[in-house]
Amino acid sequence: MNRIEGRDKVTGRARYAAEYPADGVAYAFPVQSAIARGLIEFIDATAALDMPGVLAVLSSDDPPELSKDAEPELALFQTRRVAYYGQAVAAVVAESLETARAAARRVRIGYLPESHDVRLRPDHPGLYTPEKVNPAYPTVTEHGDLPGGLAGAAVSIDVTYTTPAEHNNPIEPHAAMAVWADDGVTIYDSTQGATSDRDTIAATLGLPRDKVRVIARHVGGGFGCKGTTRPNAILAAIAARAVARPVKVVLTRQQMFPMTGYRTPTIQRLRLGADAEGRLTALAHDVAEQTSTIVEFAEQTATPTRIMYAAPALRTSHQVVRLDVPTPAWMRAPGECPGMFALESAMDELAVAAGIDPVELRVINDPRTEPHSGLPFSSRNLVGCLREGARRFGWDRRDPSPGIRRDGRWLTGTGVASATYPAYRAASQASATKEDGGFVVRIAAADIGTGARTALTEIAAEALDAPAARVRLELGDSSLPRASVAGGSMGTASWGSAIVKACEDLLKNGSEGSGDTTEDVAGNAGFARHAFGAHFAEVRVDLGTGEVRVPRMLGVFAAGRIIDPTLARSQFIGGITMGLGMALMEETVIDAGTGDFLNHDLAQYHVAACADVQDIDAIWLDEEDPHLNPMGSKGIGEIGIVGSAAAIANAVYHATGRRIRDLPITPAKLLS
Amino acid sequence: MRTFTYDRASDVAAAVAGFAPGTMYLGGGTNLVDLMRLGVAEPERLVDVSKLPLRDVEADGEGLLIGSAVRNADLAAHPLVRERYPMLARAVLTGASGQVRNMATVGGNLLQRTRCSYFQDVTKACNKRSPGSGCPAIEGDHRNLAIFGHSTPQQAPQCVATHPSDMAVALAALDAQVRVAGPEGERVIAMPGLHRLPGTEPDRDTVLRPGELITAVRLPAPPPGASAYRKVRERASFAFALVSVAAALDVSDYGAVQGVRLALGGVAHAPWRARRAEEALLGQQADDDQFRRAADAELAHARPLPGNRYKVALARNLIVAVLRELMPR
Amino acid sequence: MAEITIRLNGTDVPLSVDPRTSLLDLLRERLGLTGTKKGCDHGQCGACTVLIDGRRANACLALAVAQDGADVTTVEGLTSAGHPPDGENEALHPLQAAFIERDAFQCGYCTPGQLCSAAGMLAERGPSAVTADLTADPALVPEEIRERMSGNLCRCGAYVNIVAAIGDVAGSGARAGDGVRATERAGAGSGRGAP
Repeated sequence: MNRIEGRDKVTGRARYAAEYPADGVAYAFPVQSAIARGLIEFIDATAALDMPGVLAVLSSDDPPELSKDAEPELALFQTRRVAYYGQAVAAVVAESLETARAAARRVRIGYLPESHDVRLRPDHPGLYTPEKVNPAYPTVTEHGDLPGGLAGAAVSIDVTYTTPAEHNNPIEPHAAMAVWADDGVTIYDSTQGATSDRDTIAATLGLPRDKVRVIARHVGGGFGCKGTTRPNAILAAIAARAVARPVKVVLTRQQMFPMTGYRTPTIQRLRLGADAEGRLTALAHDVAEQTSTIVEFAEQTATPTRIMYAAPALRTSHQVVRLDVPTPAWMRAPGECPGMFALESAMDELAVAAGIDPVELRVINDPRTEPHSGLPFSSRNLVGCLREGARRFGWDRRDPSPGIRRDGRWLTGTGVASATYPAYRAASQASATKEDGGFVVRIAAADIGTGARTALTEIAAEALDAPAARVRLELGDSSLPRASVAGGSMGTASWGSAIVKACEDLLKNGSEGSGDTTEDVAGNAGFARHAFGAHFAEVRVDLGTGEVRVPRMLGVFAAGRIIDPTLARSQFIGGITMGLGMALMEETVIDAGTGDFLNHDLAQYHVAACADVQDIDAIWLDEEDPHLNPMGSKGIGEIGIVGSAAAIANAVYHATGRRIRDLPITPAKLLS
Repeated sequence: MRTFTYDRASDVAAAVAGFAPGTMYLGGGTNLVDLMRLGVAEPERLVDVSKLPLRDVEADGEGLLIGSAVRNADLAAHPLVRERYPMLARAVLTGASGQVRNMATVGGNLLQRTRCSYFQDVTKACNKRSPGSGCPAIEGDHRNLAIFGHSTPQQAPQCVATHPSDMAVALAALDAQVRVAGPEGERVIAMPGLHRLPGTEPDRDTVLRPGELITAVRLPAPPPGASAYRKVRERASFAFALVSVAAALDVSDYGAVQGVRLALGGVAHAPWRARRAEEALLGQQADDDQFRRAADAELAHARPLPGNRYKVALARNLIVAVLRELMPR
Repeated sequence: MAEITIRLNGTDVPLSVDPRTSLLDLLRERLGLTGTKKGCDHGQCGACTVLIDGRRANACLALAVAQDGADVTTVEGLTSAGHPPDGENEALHPLQAAFIERDAFQCGYCTPGQLCSAAGMLAERGPSAVTADLTADPALVPEEIRERMSGNLCRCGAYVNIVAAIGDVAGSGARAGDGVRATERAGAGSGRGAP
């Protein structure tokens, strides 16, 4: 079915966070630090306050009242210490956006700068092993005899890949409007989870949860950076409190770069050994990445290597270093995305070194149980995806020799890479009632573009055995039953489970029902649950200019039951498109001299444009898995970006014989 | 944005006569409004020149006269430009986006400012914005910046910025003349001479004097032979050039180069007319060896920075590839 | 403050504006027309695309004060062009209907800009950066649509479906500048509004 909110979106009626009317709304505009590390010596707001229309200047001169337990990135203006360049250190509140912005530039801040360190490097003395990596995985795993496995291998490789910092860059900037009434506040926010956002805002403001309401009916993309509360929401709340009027905060694109999270750069060493038949004898994946000085965020980059391929010796490890940079955060497929770029590139290098077809190499090493844990897979069809993709892509006609196919100025080649994403499920609640001649289902879920509103309506309709047209779904409001965040590809699984329960409850009770999946998800052990897929890419490379174009990509996925084919295809293709950007153009430049994210706008940070995207398609294989959730579905929002960059990089090698191990693969690198 | 007054000019004379320090001319606003919002440009008064009767493209003898208020999109779509100056049409079409091309004027395109990251950020030092404050690009990220004509170590304050316009590169190759009206009268500035090299005054992008308004661009008769504009960039569209080449090639029946124009974009503070390469080619056989020799003659004088050496190879390869494409079949 | 009059979606609107105000902020913050979106405020994403005097333009780079006398069409005007706005029953512009049919949006934030840009683009004659023969109006094949729409970023990656939807509306055999072929408006009733 067409997206339920389609008409609202194409007519401009859908309201996003900054678009709700409010009487007397004022505007808050952050003032950002101009040093990466050090102390604020003084703040002179006189020129700003003198401007007509300026209502207030908030800063650490008079710290706004926040809970002492507030997270460091949300503890606005509580400290004189600056943790990174571009950190919000003050804010102007004014009658108009133009005045707030102009006045922000008039706030003079004196600093006592300290020398900063913003450079991740493999031999950084500050690298340490964190206690765990996100969300709660062991940092280091090892089994078998790694040195022996490598030494005894017929073929082995030892290669290091690097990925840069990357930014989610949803098209809707983070924005919030706060309206205080009585002793509570309503915040229209751009968030991937109204419930958790509300909980965090309440905790930050030191308010009981029932005094805070978050409304987020439409969200203009997030890809992880709206998965946790951001400064826009807190600033709106404290500014509105300070001036006793509704206050709107819309971060500029430039402000989003330091203030709303990003994917950490990674340095990843892959060591692989295989016997003469291509069976892995050893597999080691060691990662170095960064976090801020104020929060430890440890991306789980090597964790996919724990589940992908059978190897008698298998090691994964992570180290982080605290730098004077903003705190990294989730970006689509945290962990799996950068990790599988490296693993799938390394598998390609191993295939080349061993003289084995890259598809066959993966088939040969397909494990029967989850390699590190030994758990049985609830379902796994990577091999089916590889075979089907190979068939559709014409892989059997592929000559593995690199650099031999020419079409005018272009060298052409193809590449393959595996994809995976865990199938998680988190606790959620839902209610279902008979109303308005039909049914109303309520859950504080978020539709950030995934089509959740539509998919959940379809799930509810099926559970109620009613036509979808008679089911109305309400979401995006923390006053609705508690729901987990739209993230980890677990939205549909989590919310759908709760909705099914609520609908079944209604059918039993007659007029209303509720569902809470807390206990169901707790009893989830015993299986390794992952979606799998295979990416195929065809590239053209002009080695004279370094230009790379991607005429064709295909993703084949095995992700359980697909709830809605149209929505699924759009999600898969959207993820693959982001993988194309990752492979060829996305890079946040960290300027050593200033410590700033230098290329902080959409002209300098390149995301894929329409002309970059030619023939990209996605298909899936039927897969039944009774061990997941009542729908039998696996999450699909992130697997598209996992492995797609590697497929392109592997295709570039096949086209040119050049192996670029540092993303993005730009003309500059191909010409060097 | 600092507050300002806005006036719409009724005619060129009035616009120029009313000029005072703090006044800036507003065309389509696609660069000026951007810079104002960044705090880089802070005019006290804007004079909107986009509606002046400078909006025609017309034949002028064997040449073409282009009003400075002609929108980029209209320039590229004009039959006379497409038929007689295809290099110019192609250059304009590779620039920016459809929306920006609809808004941007010819005059404004010429006067757009560098996209150096440090220049655009007022929290950072920049000798172009604030001479003497320093050039962080030299020790920092200069991958997109100049390989020709930038400050020598002896020149101060230093600047390694590039000019981002594609249109200007084609106009430089076509020997365009820029007509200007100012408080001291009218004059004509030959391209590529409108744009300066930074020298010791990186804050001055062009040779324009205060108050001077570009009124038109005149193109002489198009160069004989085939012409092209090619732009290499990091994504397939809507991105500035890493390096671009505007070229025209006229080959005799005997296969000798009897006419050549070559200009490079993305490599200098101004469109870079590759005169050494042109000289090396004139009279030579039009073949790959000569194309390479000519490109090398030009690029031997490049002074790449540690992070943008790739531009030398890119420029070389692009010159050869474009000239090869222009060979008569 | 400056006094201007803008013809907005067919109606003359007299206004007093701060010269610093962009057309985009005028629409969103003053006039309650939040259909046009702010994605970058610097002309780099196209989310703010509207039609000014019939041509697509970035509202964020257009100073409101400079639009005195201009004819501005926003996404809200695409719908009701020729039809009064009528909530769920109003007729959709062919592009809007095609976007729904082709699932040419996900989060929907870039969508109004895509629609106004496509409407403007279809009427633009002449070649693009990918056109081989400069002198003709090229056929609007997918490669042409992609290049012409590259001023509208979509981070959700709906490009494949966006190009398909625009191709549907252009119609087979369309050439640059032909405009919107389908003159019938899509009917009411497909899909419901959401709260």
